[in-house]
Amino acid sequence: MAFTGVMAEHPTVTPNSTRGFFRSRQRLKWWEGLPWVLAVSAFFVLPDYMAFGTQVLITIIFALSLDLIVGFAGVVTLGHAAYFGVGAYAAGMVSAHLGWTEPISALLLAGVIAALVGLVSGAVLLRYHGLTLLMLTLATAICLQEFANVNEDVTGGFDGLIGISFKPLLGMFEYDLWGHTYYWYSLVVLLLVFVGVRIVMNSPFGMSLIGIRENTDRMHAIGTPVYKRLVTVYTLSAGLAGVAGALFAESNAYVTLDVLSFARSGTILIILILGGVGRLYGAFVGAVVYMVLEDELAKMSPEFWEFGVGLVLVLTVMFAQGGLIGLFDRLRKYIGGAPT
Amino acid sequence: MSEAVLQTVGLHKHFGALRVAHNIHFSLERGARHALIGPNGAGKTTFINLITGVLSPTSGRISLEGEDITDLGQAERSRLGIARTFQINQLFRGLTVLENVSLAIAERMGIAGGMFKPLSAYNHVTDEAIALLEDFDLGSEALRRIDELPYGRQRLVEIVIALGQKPSVLLLDEPAAGIPSSESQHILDAANALSGDITVLVIEHDMEIVFRIADYITVMVSGEIFTQGTPAEVAADERVRAVYLGQAHHV
Repeated sequence: MAFTGVMAEHPTVTPNSTRGFFRSRQRLKWWEGLPWVLAVSAFFVLPDYMAFGTQVLITIIFALSLDLIVGFAGVVTLGHAAYFGVGAYAAGMVSAHLGWTEPISALLLAGVIAALVGLVSGAVLLRYHGLTLLMLTLATAICLQEFANVNEDVTGGFDGLIGISFKPLLGMFEYDLWGHTYYWYSLVVLLLVFVGVRIVMNSPFGMSLIGIRENTDRMHAIGTPVYKRLVTVYTLSAGLAGVAGALFAESNAYVTLDVLSFARSGTILIILILGGVGRLYGAFVGAVVYMVLEDELAKMSPEFWEFGVGLVLVLTVMFAQGGLIGLFDRLRKYIGGAPT
Repeated sequence: MSEAVLQTVGLHKHFGALRVAHNIHFSLERGARHALIGPNGAGKTTFINLITGVLSPTSGRISLEGEDITDLGQAERSRLGIARTFQINQLFRGLTVLENVSLAIAERMGIAGGMFKPLSAYNHVTDEAIALLEDFDLGSEALRRIDELPYGRQRLVEIVIALGQKPSVLLLDEPAAGIPSSESQHILDAANALSGDITVLVIEHDMEIVFRIADYITVMVSGEIFTQGTPAEVAADERVRAVYLGQAHHV
């Protein structure tokens, strides 16, 4: 066309070099091995903390699931515990009431049930936007919690669901008091979830979610079925939250109404913001920092620990936009100037 | 001229008592370079919003290639070949220029719902995006973040995204808005270089640009079609001077 003359003034960019660069951004980087190395070393260095470690891993899965909708699609929710809770109750109830005590299939079943609840609720919720949507997500979780409270003959109501027990994992590994079995189990589940999520978020589907986050109007204009994409990712996210909830029920062997609480919805959002949204690894950093901080501060000052957590959050939001991951990024650029 | 690609029949849009489109009978001929002009608030952008499905009309029908599209959503119309640009840039700010264009191409190719392969593995998407960007001298900026580009260059990407949709009808809403007239030449060149297969409807305030792009002009005033004609006819029309050209001097 008309512009070839001007082209010569610019460094030539060939389709091949652009392709290559485009690709390299989605390739695995060396530091992506770090969380897994740390998680495995934690087992040998801190064997007494494995029950705590398991809860951290579960929280990472939960936060990852939230990152799909908040970080990628840009849909903020204050009711994500709804799906965590559904997963937890599903796994707990099949064990306590139906005697379905094989943990892996119970986990999958809980994930599917949570995904279905996500599909149905998402199909309604995602017709709304902004503050209306935010309030409706909150209301959904509260309704579910109240529903669980009222139906105490199946959920155990306020007292919680008891009588949950699971067979040894794969028929070999017993549940142990130190949480070793469930630490490994949760770590493997996290790895599988993470690999899946990473693939999906780098796909055209994942890119289109980012497009929706960045400019929904333009996505409509280029022909994207925005609502369908959002319901799809919401369902996926709910399913993964359900898996996290099921792990929670299996590792603790009890479920209370707390799994559906507003506090849980809020906390997981805080954890994600603390770590960094839309980055996948924000879930890892946020969960570890928040939970370790909570644990340590609670030991130091049982009645005042929330102040410390609040302070860290305020500082993060003020001085580290993009969360702690964003802070690392800037630090790395400052030191090495290396591109991400 | 040949047959109409896009047609509206008796299109009305009212917001309560506010009449933003009134009885618009409009027809866009295949391959046309049609300009839509009129004073501010005449309903030009509203008309584009009605054609693209952002707004649904109070009454009246819209058809594309003879098929009624009045009840279709925005995305469906887009997939049938109607693309638009916006008066104020609607870009994907955090993404690279390449990704901005790739999103539209992936969507058109019907692969944008794919979950299992990275976008970068779809070489035909990347290659088409790069080729398109190079056509507009944006090749060397492909890997830069869109918001790092000067506004005039962003304005060009705004058009390239729409072209990634391979439209049969392209609606340009003030393509040169917001850039100094010294740079509007690039936009003008881009508009004039568009393939003859694409039918273009352009809203433009700058009369100089209108006369250099358009082969046919529709003048809108207060939500109605005021008059239509060739650039020469419209320029000679005293009434148009009164409602529009006269005002333009005061802007």
